[in-house]
Amino acid sequence: MYEGVVQNLIDELGLLPGVGPKSAQRIAFHLLSADPTDVKRLAHALLEVKEKVRFCRVCGNVAAEDDCRICRDARRDLHVICVVEESKDVVAIERTREFRGRYHVLGGAISPIDGIGPDDLRIRELMTRLADGQVTELILATDPNLEGEATATYLARLVKPMGVKVTRLASGLPVGGDLEYADEVTLGRAFEGRRLLDV
Amino acid sequence: MSLYRDEGVVLRTQKLGEADRIVTILTKRTGKVRAVAKGVRRTTSRFGARLEPFTHVDLQLHVGRSLDVVTQAETLRPYGEALIADYPRYTSGSAMLETADRLTVGEKEPALRQFLLLIGGLRTLVEGNHEARLVLDAYFLRSLAVAGYAPALESCARCSAQSVRAFAIVAGGVVCGACRPAGAAVPAAETLALMVALLRGDWPSADASESRHRTECSGLVAAYLQWHIEHGIRSLRHVERV
Ligand SMILES: [Zn+2]
Ligand SMILES: [Zn+2]
Repeated sequence: MYEGVVQNLIDELGLLPGVGPKSAQRIAFHLLSADPTDVKRLAHALLEVKEKVRFCRVCGNVAAEDDCRICRDARRDLHVICVVEESKDVVAIERTREFRGRYHVLGGAISPIDGIGPDDLRIRELMTRLADGQVTELILATDPNLEGEATATYLARLVKPMGVKVTRLASGLPVGGDLEYADEVTLGRAFEGRRLLDV
Repeated sequence: MSLYRDEGVVLRTQKLGEADRIVTILTKRTGKVRAVAKGVRRTTSRFGARLEPFTHVDLQLHVGRSLDVVTQAETLRPYGEALIADYPRYTSGSAMLETADRLTVGEKEPALRQFLLLIGGLRTLVEGNHEARLVLDAYFLRSLAVAGYAPALESCARCSAQSVRAFAIVAGGVVCGACRPAGAAVPAAETLALMVALLRGDWPSADASESRHRTECSGLVAAYLQWHIEHGIRSLRHVERV
């Protein structure tokens, strides 16, 4: 245990995902010895992100305005929606330059054991987007692991009566992993070879 | 370096650091083990989907200071693959894994009967010969029984009288008219018969039951389970009946 303010900082850092008590301590002492201007810049970035960044009211991606950069872009194809779990997956797919449609960010995957069911994700919002009949293809790009696959099957079953073509990224993405770790080439290939989901 | 080998079912996984996971496995010989699977979230991981929930795996582990480390994993049966294709079966299977996790309290305390029950439950669920919720309720009743919480179903939980008329969770099962506490449910006789059939594994009787008795049975079993497991089973809220 350290003096009040230092321990506070360690405790706060320890709440971050992937940061254990040891890393929290290491980061705290790094900050203590860092240049004050660098630390101010970090503090400012933290506050700014909470003040300025919102979630796109259309797709749920992180956005600096009401709508995100991709939803505002008139050149993007309105007929195709790619469904992902998190905003970081949008970034991974954008890097491949294979996809010209729009996204829908669910905010996670169905995982009953963690208490996450369909109602806890942005699935109702997706159904609303599909309701006007403009979208002809829905690409399910949830993570190639168990929860991601279960979410894809659930969505495919839900969307089927709406007559929208539902596809899933081609295998080639080894199952078990997180989408964000796929390299651009593999992910790009998975897009090209996407298969029709039959439920 | 101390290595050991065992087989088990992956109950759950949690992200750890950048690309690792902590996997909780109910093993045949060692009991419940929490171990680190290094690099498993990278799409190039040599473990692939072998350490995903529901997978029955043959494992080699290295004893660590706090958590053991998975060094090898080979799939024996990938139950998850079949379950994700069918949402009611997936949610039922999730409730099984969560229950197995909650009913095996200590780590590395052998729990062979819970392991065998889980394997049997998952296999029955995947085979698809019985309604998913019936399979789940049968699993709940039997795993509670193995954990020492078997509900009394055929004679009064308090005085052993043969004529029973109500189901009282606080009393531990069915009760006679004299022992019946206020607010005890009075289920149909067929519902109690269904619970007996599920606990015994009498599938012909269970499959022949009517849907209203199945619904009533699920309600009683769920309430009984939630009473015995602190904080309840989270997956249960998401289990759908088709
Ligand atoms: Zn957007
Ligand atoms: Zn009695």
